[in-house]
Amino acid sequence: MMSEDETPEDIQTLPLDGWHRAQGARMVPFAGYEMPIQYEGIVAEHEWTRNHAGLFDVSHMGQLLLSGPDLDAAVEAVLPIDLSTLKLGRQRYSLLLDENGGVLDDLMVSRWPEHLYLVVNGATKWDDIGHLREHLPDDITLNHLEDRALLALQGPEAVDALARHTKGEQSLSDLTFMTFGQFTIAGHDVTIARAGYTGEDGFEISVAADAVEEVAALLCGEPEVKPIGLGARDSLRLEAGLPLYGHDLSPDTSPIEAGLVFGINKRRRSPVDQGGGGYPGAERINREIVEGTSRKWVGLALDGRLPAREGAEIFAGDTQVGTVTSGGFSPTLGHPIAIGYVDAAHAEIDTALEVQVRNKRLPARVAKMPFVQHRYFRGS
Amino acid sequence: MSRYYTEDHEWIEVEGEAATVGITDYAQEQLGDIVFVELPDEGAELEKSKDAAVVESVKAASDVYAPISGTVIEVNSALEDEPALVNSSPEEDGWFFKLTVADESELEGLMDEAAYKSFVDGL
Repeated sequence: MMSEDETPEDIQTLPLDGWHRAQGARMVPFAGYEMPIQYEGIVAEHEWTRNHAGLFDVSHMGQLLLSGPDLDAAVEAVLPIDLSTLKLGRQRYSLLLDENGGVLDDLMVSRWPEHLYLVVNGATKWDDIGHLREHLPDDITLNHLEDRALLALQGPEAVDALARHTKGEQSLSDLTFMTFGQFTIAGHDVTIARAGYTGEDGFEISVAADAVEEVAALLCGEPEVKPIGLGARDSLRLEAGLPLYGHDLSPDTSPIEAGLVFGINKRRRSPVDQGGGGYPGAERINREIVEGTSRKWVGLALDGRLPAREGAEIFAGDTQVGTVTSGGFSPTLGHPIAIGYVDAAHAEIDTALEVQVRNKRLPARVAKMPFVQHRYFRGS
Repeated sequence: MSRYYTEDHEWIEVEGEAATVGITDYAQEQLGDIVFVELPDEGAELEKSKDAAVVESVKAASDVYAPISGTVIEVNSALEDEPALVNSSPEEDGWFFKLTVADESELEGLMDEAAYKSFVDGL
């Protein structure tokens, strides 16, 4: 009843590989690496993260450091970001776009004292590096931090568990959503950002690859923390309405269709003669911001228990009006949820639609996203 | 009464001219949390090794194949309300469907419990 996953020959291992296996993880190939899909079970891990704190190994992601003369101007020629408003200690979501405004990747950009630090998706990092190298001036240095691992600690109790181990000039609890700082954990230098991919409060911890096992073990020694696999990472981000590159975003989608207009910073949206534009795909994207798009990325809530998954066709009556790009069962809500692109005429909240799963048409309703409320810490 | 196993991790228990089909403990363990089971219609004619049911876990949809050919005579309606029975009791309460044994010789190629156990140990 099951087909075994094909194992490509060039599959690589991450620094925590042995540790995951010792924790009872089931490992699968993902983004070119052996990664843990689950430990005790996806639903249990999902619920643990929503209620306590989950530790995710996201070391497959690319950590890049950029430096050089006129760095901001050089990076603004490649990304639709306004770096003049990105202050030291802050990070921001941005998009790597092709000349047509299609999405090559989504990423985080952080302002370090002398550098910009980027975190890009694991499956796309080699292409991203090639793209950046090609489009950035030669005097901009791009350093791929392959000797760094990346952990995410997510959930309402993450701050308590992590604060027991961090030392730094500032207190961990001073960090607010989308800010970062330098700390030490057990004497190891770490960069900690208050951010994540679950909709919960939480942190992302960049640490030397040769120290990551010690840090992971310390954190999982806390009563609030359990290791969490990729399966729950996907169901958590789906409930949080966050797109997954390669599924919800691709070169065939524009960020405006995907509702990511915030990824095009305000100054960059102006017409070129008013100082806007100047990034790949600006013409199409700035036009879409004004005129709207013919399709939109929407959330769908389904009745019953049968999930609609990526590729499922969305119907209004007998007419196909869209396609599901991500879908699954929501452990928090107890029913299936999905995300997909539909014709703009059918994108209003509460629009009744149907989704085809095998030989069944399942009733679905356009739902507000996020499906489960974000609980980011924006300051008290 | 004898129970047989397939390489696709279904079990089939034959009792006279009828047989009960489910998935093995190993299978449910691999699939993880099961949220929906799509069962065949009663009266459906199943063909050996062809699609018979679909198991939806949190992770993915997986096909379940008919271990032998036959006509579906009963489905486990308890799975509609409680698909997690497949996780908690895969080889008893979490059975999928019963069918007639159309051709007894189709059982010959299946494994017995000992053979299935060593098959799983080798995976």
